[in-house]
Amino acid sequence: MRPLTDEETKIMFEKLSKYIGENIKLLVDRPDGTYCFRLHNDRVYYMSEKILKLATNVSRDKLVSVGTCFGKFTKTNKFRLHITALDFLAPYAKFKVWVKPGAEQSFLYGNHVLKSGLGRITENTMQYQGVVVYSMADMPLGFGVAAKSTQECRRMDPMSIVVFHQADVGEFIRNEDTLT
Amino acid sequence: MGRRLDPTNKVKRGPGKKAKKQQGAETELAKFITDGFTDENSKWLKPSKRKRKIDEAESEDDSDEHWEETEEEEEEEEEQQQQQQKQKQKKKAGKDQGKNNEKSEVKMEEVDDDDDDDEEMVDDYGAPDDGSADDALLPIERAAKKEQKMKETMGLESDDDDDDDDDEEEEEEEEKDDEDEDADMDEDDAVQANIEEIDKFKLPVADETEREGILPLDLKTIHQRIKDNIDVLCNFSTKREEGKERAEYISLLKRDLCTYYSYNTFLIEKLIDLFPLSELVDFLEANEIHRPVTIRTNTLKTRRRDLAQALINRGVNLDPLGKWSKVGLVIYDSSVPIGATPEYLAGQYMLQGASSFLPVMALSPQEGELVLDMSCAPGGKTSYIAQLMRNTGMIVANDANAERLKSVVGNIHRLGVTNTVVCNYDGRQFPKVMGGFDRVLLDAPCSGTGVIAKDPAVKTSKDEADIQRSAHLQKELLLSAIDSVNAESPSGGYLVYCTCSIMVEENEWVVDYALKKRNVKLVPTGLDFGKEGFTRFKERRFHPSLKLSRRFYPHSHNMDGFFVAKLKKFSNVIPTTPFMIVNVSCHTNCFSANIDEEDSEAPEATAATQSPPVKPSKSDKISKTVPGKAGSAKEKAQHNGTAAKEKAKIKPKGKKNSTTGPKQAKIAKMDPETVKGAEAKKPTVKTTEETETSKAGKKTGSRFEKKQGKKTKSHLKGKKRMGKNKFKKLKKMLQKSE
Repeated sequence: MRPLTDEETKIMFEKLSKYIGENIKLLVDRPDGTYCFRLHNDRVYYMSEKILKLATNVSRDKLVSVGTCFGKFTKTNKFRLHITALDFLAPYAKFKVWVKPGAEQSFLYGNHVLKSGLGRITENTMQYQGVVVYSMADMPLGFGVAAKSTQECRRMDPMSIVVFHQADVGEFIRNEDTLT
Repeated sequence: MGRRLDPTNKVKRGPGKKAKKQQGAETELAKFITDGFTDENSKWLKPSKRKRKIDEAESEDDSDEHWEETEEEEEEEEEQQQQQQKQKQKKKAGKDQGKNNEKSEVKMEEVDDDDDDDEEMVDDYGAPDDGSADDALLPIERAAKKEQKMKETMGLESDDDDDDDDDEEEEEEEEKDDEDEDADMDEDDAVQANIEEIDKFKLPVADETEREGILPLDLKTIHQRIKDNIDVLCNFSTKREEGKERAEYISLLKRDLCTYYSYNTFLIEKLIDLFPLSELVDFLEANEIHRPVTIRTNTLKTRRRDLAQALINRGVNLDPLGKWSKVGLVIYDSSVPIGATPEYLAGQYMLQGASSFLPVMALSPQEGELVLDMSCAPGGKTSYIAQLMRNTGMIVANDANAERLKSVVGNIHRLGVTNTVVCNYDGRQFPKVMGGFDRVLLDAPCSGTGVIAKDPAVKTSKDEADIQRSAHLQKELLLSAIDSVNAESPSGGYLVYCTCSIMVEENEWVVDYALKKRNVKLVPTGLDFGKEGFTRFKERRFHPSLKLSRRFYPHSHNMDGFFVAKLKKFSNVIPTTPFMIVNVSCHTNCFSANIDEEDSEAPEATAATQSPPVKPSKSDKISKTVPGKAGSAKEKAQHNGTAAKEKAKIKPKGKKNSTTGPKQAKIAKMDPETVKGAEAKKPTVKTTEETETSKAGKKTGSRFEKKQGKKTKSHLKGKKRMGKNKFKKLKKMLQKSE
């Protein structure tokens, strides 16, 4: 387990800021202590400093997971955000999309969100903006990328995609193996 | 109603699909039943079974003739089939038939007593007279009727079959013929015979049981035999057969249970030892069906009320689990897969067996504590611990199996647990990796005899070696777990040991072992239901505090078989054997790295008292020797403590005692009493103090053990040897001290 290099930190924060903007500092400086990011086996883990101390006792090959995994760095050094980060993205999300109950299941299976399934969308969403997807009951389902800006969404036909799927909670069952 | 009741009756129907539909019951029956169905004429409500028998008895001759006369192919085939069946039945002359015989006779008596009009009573579908009834009934109905008649004739003729010496089922026949004889006699005696008194359970003769093994027996027969056998055994003095020992009944019972429930003999024997006979069948039956599905609300994300409401809206039928749990829900049935609802994916609940709630409730972790879960996969208990701690403090979740750890990680992330470190060690390495936990939960790997309902393979795959292996592993894990707890923790010092097994070897025996080996004591689990653990079992005697542990059974608590014991560690000192020889050699200030070594040999350990740890200033080195009685080649020397500054007089004695293994063993053997005497001279308190302080010192430095241990070992090895002259000196000293 090692701290992130500057390069890696930059890449990761860029990705995160797509979804939560400048609220990243809220992730690091929390009222209940300082939290930090660490890299282990190409995955980025978010943990409090107390757990960090504890985790240093565990040898590198025996350590499986610490705190929460946010995502991983691919071989080409791009950062991919995992669904496991949803709990931390959702409260600070700047742009949100609500899907209708009928389209909920489809999104949970990994499909993109179509205009017909779109319930609400935050005003002023830019195209290719990172969004967090909610159900109508305000339950976070996952996150994605807006395919069109809000104005364009109003004018689109029902069968076109409005949100590209990036991660959804259904992955806890579908991709259990790849979480570690 | 899918078939026409009267095929010969052609009804003209109109065109179209709806005309082809079978009309309702009333319209169909109205064609047959000429008398109206009214409440006044309510005799048609009485069951027609009785009527049939009487009819058949009366019309027996008629139907026989009819049977022989017909030349329809169907009937001939049926005839042959029936004949074969009847021959088989004849051979069996089963209890069933005997009973049927009795039943039918009893019923006939009842019928005689009634004053209904047989003539007016209408049979099924109202065919008024038997001749035409046979025509009107379908072939299969006719066949059934004839079977009934044949049975009766068989029953009446059963006496004639007594002499039938059919090899194959002789044993059963004898048994049942005896019963039939009894039955007949009793009927002669008393008309209103109680059916239960009639059947006397007879043990089969030895030869026949061998033959039994070759042929597959009727399961119903075996089941009946089991019931009767247990009945006899429960009232042995009154119901026993003369000359037959209890052991014979029990051995037959074991065989039958093995056959009926598909267990291997080993497991059945163990279960017979564990349960009284009345509960045994209940337990075995309970293992055949699944326990109800239960879920645990994740209070980090939702409340039980809200979750229940959301699930009910999805079409799930559920109820709170019981008074004892505030987060459990039991699922009766569901129109959606309960493991894939959006609420599940959002992490609002976890599928978990009810018995798995119990060890965490017993552990009751507090906020801000450091907790270890040694065998955590698939992560249900770990996440429950985290939710009780409200995501504060720290949890170390460990499992030896890397594959299963993936599910732990998945569950932890899904449920929103943030204070956990997941690692993949063998649990036995634990105090070395990390120690000083406030609470430890050990859900030890076991034989799984409590979860047979989930995994029926356990019924046949377990044997003595498996249980012993499990028990051995569990003992090692438990000792490691105890060593990982910090007794001086301000809020904790607790350890919960649990298994999903009901075997005493894996439960009470392991806990008892730990009580002897470490400074722990049992405390109440806080679970107010469940059976108390055994304090004695067969030839073993356990510590009386074992009754604070709890056992749960599928048949009595409707949850998987489980055992939970809560231990409190009251001292960090690791007790050593009683044949301890105090030694002072001050050159090494080592910590003992050999915690594990001291465990094996001596069964009894001098448990250090609950006195608060003495300050390290008085610590000494103590060398421990294998007691002479063990006589083993292995020699464990344990040198503990920080710098020794004890009285000089001990020193020479100490030196004498720092012998190598064999020599020490020799000495011990030669003069075991004197050696002990020498020890006894020194105040025992001091020795315990020494052990305490040394251990205390060791404990605080536990994290540095590895490094220091290495130093000490090599250093000590040099010191262990003693020259010949010194040996003689030692002898003289011992003799002097006598």
